[in-house]
Amino acid sequence: MSDLSNQTKAAGEDRHALVRKGLARRHRTEWLFRAAGLTAVILALGFVAILFTTIVSKGLPAFQQAYISANVQFDPELLNLDPAPERQAGQSQADFQAQSFAWQRELAMLNWNALVEASLRDLLPIGFEIDSRQLLSIVETSERHRLREMFVADPSLLGQTVPVEMLASANVDNWLKGTINRELGDAQQQLSAPARQLADEFYENGVIHMGFAWALLTNVDSRSAPASAGLAGAFMGSLYMLLIVIVLAVPIGVASAIYLEEFAPKSRLTDFIEVNINNLAAVPSIVFGLLGAAVFINYFRLPLSAPLAGGLVLTLMTLPTIIIATRAALKGVPQSLRQAALGLGASRSQMVFHHILPVTFPSILTASIIGVAQALGETAPLLLIGMNAFVAQIPTSPMDQATALPVQIFLWNGNENRNFFEARTSAAIMVLLGLMISLNAIAIFLRTYLERKK
Amino acid sequence: MNQVLTSRSALEMSATHSKDALASHQTVRTPDPDAHPSRLRADGVSVFYGDKQALFDVSIDIPEKSVSALIGPSGCGKSTFLRCINRMNDTIEGCKVTGDITLDGQNLYDGNLDVVELRARIGMVFQKPNPFPKSIFENVAYGPKIHGLARNKTDLEEIVVTSLQKAGLFEEVKDRLHSPGTGLSGGQQQRLCIARAMAVGPEVILMDEPCSALDPIATAIIEELIDELRSNYTIVIVTHSMQQAARVSQKTAFFHLGKLIEEGPTEAIFTNPREKRTQDYITGRIG
Amino acid sequence: MNSLMIAAILLVLLGLAYQVGWSRSRALATSGGGRFHSRFHYHGALVAIWAVAPAALILGLWALFGQTVSASYVQSLLPVELVSAGGNPLATAISRVRALASGYGVAGEVADYEAAAADALARFQLIVTLIVVGSAAACGILALLFARRRITPRLRARNQVERAITLLLVACSAIAILTTVGIVASLVSEAIRFFTFVNPLDFFFGTVWNPVFSSTGGGSGRYGLLPLLWGTTMIAIIAMLVALPIGLMTAIYLNQYAPRGVRAVVKPIVEILAGIPTIVYGFFALTTVGPFLSGFGAMIGLDIRGTSALTAGLVMGIMIIPFISSLSDDILSQVPTSLRDGSYGLGATQSETIRRVLLPAALPGIVGAFLLAVSRAIGETMIVVLAAGNSPVLRANPLEPTSTVTVSIVNQLTGDTDFTGPQSLVAFALGLTLFVITLCLNVVALYIVRRFREQYD
Repeated sequence: MSDLSNQTKAAGEDRHALVRKGLARRHRTEWLFRAAGLTAVILALGFVAILFTTIVSKGLPAFQQAYISANVQFDPELLNLDPAPERQAGQSQADFQAQSFAWQRELAMLNWNALVEASLRDLLPIGFEIDSRQLLSIVETSERHRLREMFVADPSLLGQTVPVEMLASANVDNWLKGTINRELGDAQQQLSAPARQLADEFYENGVIHMGFAWALLTNVDSRSAPASAGLAGAFMGSLYMLLIVIVLAVPIGVASAIYLEEFAPKSRLTDFIEVNINNLAAVPSIVFGLLGAAVFINYFRLPLSAPLAGGLVLTLMTLPTIIIATRAALKGVPQSLRQAALGLGASRSQMVFHHILPVTFPSILTASIIGVAQALGETAPLLLIGMNAFVAQIPTSPMDQATALPVQIFLWNGNENRNFFEARTSAAIMVLLGLMISLNAIAIFLRTYLERKK
Repeated sequence: MNQVLTSRSALEMSATHSKDALASHQTVRTPDPDAHPSRLRADGVSVFYGDKQALFDVSIDIPEKSVSALIGPSGCGKSTFLRCINRMNDTIEGCKVTGDITLDGQNLYDGNLDVVELRARIGMVFQKPNPFPKSIFENVAYGPKIHGLARNKTDLEEIVVTSLQKAGLFEEVKDRLHSPGTGLSGGQQQRLCIARAMAVGPEVILMDEPCSALDPIATAIIEELIDELRSNYTIVIVTHSMQQAARVSQKTAFFHLGKLIEEGPTEAIFTNPREKRTQDYITGRIG
Repeated sequence: MNSLMIAAILLVLLGLAYQVGWSRSRALATSGGGRFHSRFHYHGALVAIWAVAPAALILGLWALFGQTVSASYVQSLLPVELVSAGGNPLATAISRVRALASGYGVAGEVADYEAAAADALARFQLIVTLIVVGSAAACGILALLFARRRITPRLRARNQVERAITLLLVACSAIAILTTVGIVASLVSEAIRFFTFVNPLDFFFGTVWNPVFSSTGGGSGRYGLLPLLWGTTMIAIIAMLVALPIGLMTAIYLNQYAPRGVRAVVKPIVEILAGIPTIVYGFFALTTVGPFLSGFGAMIGLDIRGTSALTAGLVMGIMIIPFISSLSDDILSQVPTSLRDGSYGLGATQSETIRRVLLPAALPGIVGAFLLAVSRAIGETMIVVLAAGNSPVLRANPLEPTSTVTVSIVNQLTGDTDFTGPQSLVAFALGLTLFVITLCLNVVALYIVRRFREQYD
């Protein structure tokens, strides 16, 4: 007996020595493994940091833009034009429209450039020689349209001289911000030598100054006038689509989650629906775009590029996300609450609508907002239903042609004027991310607020 | 840090005494002349989970090569104390242990002590059988492998077979050593866990209610096994069953509300408890 | 008749019917009609459903088919030769007649037959609108009266209302199924049309992708899938090489090592990456990562193109990190602590416990997460559109530009919805391929993950 015990004791000490021998190596491995984990975390955080810093550092300058302060004289000699037509009694709407168009055309034919040029010539330093084309190249081409619109809105401007803050052209903006290499020769510069010199002189004497780029937020996209290109149209397009997603995806998603979780019998069919929904959530978004192109556009003949079609595609895409999240929220409600409600004689739907839904409301709301935010950032499916069209007007209904914020980013990214649009695109990304972050922040805020109230 | 706290524990002890005069903190001890010598001792151990104190100033000697049972109502701190012995409480965030636990005079809470080495010397068997999702062989081989105890494959096989034999499981599983350990019955799983613990060659085995998830027959087999093992191992077992404590242990310690109320030879505790609360518990008045 | 007005009328009908049902049942109850089975508002709701459902059905049918009906009516009014000619002139004529009938008028001379047709159409529209709205209203009111008469104390109004609600809920869940059916049907039917132009064998096993856009259609262009599939695979492999180690180690560190405070801060920050739109990643790849890689390549003497499989794969990997890390984190959390304790109790170090116990136990779940991530990488579009270089050539070098299935779908279909030639139809064949591949991955992955969850429930 004691012999055996001595033996085990000896064996134990032997083992003990072996354990000791391996300790240093094992602790080294432990340290390495832990370091690898920490490295991974640091890398992941580093990616977030790099992504945000590059985008912000590229995008911030685009929120500042060069303006030219000038006094524009609405010269009656240049602007000789009949007053705008008014609809006569008995005239059909169509005739009136035709007449209006004719007037508009006449209006557009006026030499608005001359107005712009005259106002700039007033500002030229004494003795500065520059030809018209070069002089006009420092102003964005959209500004003559702006003068025209000012005049249409207020015909009494005729003959007056008013101060106008005109957008400097994108080339001037590049030149002053140094986004284009100043050392390059004439051949590679977008602006002619006198125009560059003028821009510098104007910048020095304060005629050209940097101001907040309102155009970025309030204007629609523009091809001919990059400096006036803005996100307003894309924003409205996205807004319409989001409204459609909110109106359709949220109620339908919550309703089907309620059905599947609270009413549906556990059968093969519900199992199949569950697998189907989980799978739909993982189907590539571009496949939804194909569905939209084939069904909504080609079969139902919905208008191409319309937020309606885009909204429907995004609705179908967001549905599974909302269903899954809502089901998870419903699953989290303790069974005892259900039994308590049913035990008091409540019917199944009374139980759901009076007891379960109020409890899960904060989570459902959060899930919906996050789903909607995801839809806001989606690009690929929208390309397939023509939402990458160039749209120069703010859409006024979901049936109008429109584009969306992420698609606008895609379009700007492809613009040839890289010097100017790289910053603008980053700025657009900042706007998009800002919107998404605020949506998420609202979701988090609402959840904490509603849960505290309970 | 430990040193500081230990030196303070005397002060604290008197403070607790005055505050808690009615429920006297003095552990009632019945010495056992036949007891084996103790290599494992606890001295003034207190445990805190965050701000909450779970264990108050526990001191006890654990005799070697015998079974010591920790009994008491649930939540009394007996499991907490058990988990202090091989520092399993380290894995719980916010858990703080003060006082000394020594094995062969070495403080287990000494900063220089390697917890990995400690746990190789003090093994543990848990409440619910927790075989790894691996084969029976791999389950037992796990410890020797990580500690590098086997020089070669035959060595490893020998350790596995011996451990399974010691745990009385070998005959039942010898023809399916490579099927998953989770496929065994509850009692077999628990014996597998015991074999797994023994494969590392510990000196002390801690058992945390090892039979609470088992049926009576499996329990009886494990109890027999514990009785056999005590000739070679120091065993500390936490149990909520007084009969089990009476059947398997030589020494019994009764915990109540985080305090060690009474300890002594099992026979003495069960037949002649000196403390009122021990008596109440044993006769079923508190539980 | 505008839709807002219709909606308003329906709403009024709804409110009225509810009120009628509610007050009727209440009146019955107070006049001693006995104990009511259902409460008054259920009677109100039931009457409202009865009243609105038929009216809404009639109006809905009119909204769907009204345009077709009126178009064929206008056609019947137009000269025969114009109708038989069809095409654009007919469409123009119809819209002119409609414009005239609506009182908007048309520019230019109005032909006699146009004026006559417009008059007739205006009358027709007025009559039809009256009929439709009238019949809708009549049906609604009849149904309302009928439902009102049904109100008795014993009427199980609540049960009937609930059945209606359940029906509505079922209809909502059916939409998910319909979506899948729609996807499969549209992809398959258009793909079949594509295969009437191009031999399926040439498509699936062709090694040249060169879809020439030409008006002649037919035989021009080569539609070999393999270069695209290879590009997709290569980029997905690079992405997973980046995402799997970083994502998994991040999950392990946050789940096992990091103190609670660190975890609470780092986890949401990493998950920000998951919420960033893919177009942003594409832009990041194109303007930052691409130039950086090619600069780096130049430094070490490697020719790395700015837009290449490497650029796209790297950035896609970054995008997938949070996907892997949060799924793995969930899965690691689901491994019971008893296993961890068992390993620690034997003296294993933390990394031994993780590598030898936790990871093997979590392996099925992690494989599932991995497959889902692969499916995501394969279906990702915007990053590759911008950063992969759009060069559908079969080549093994990841430092060269490449192209993927998704890029080609975008290229072939953007701006073209006249699905007549193989140039645009091929997008659906590609879409079908993509759908089938991701479907297989998803189903297998979801099955594995589900089995894993059940194992530890």
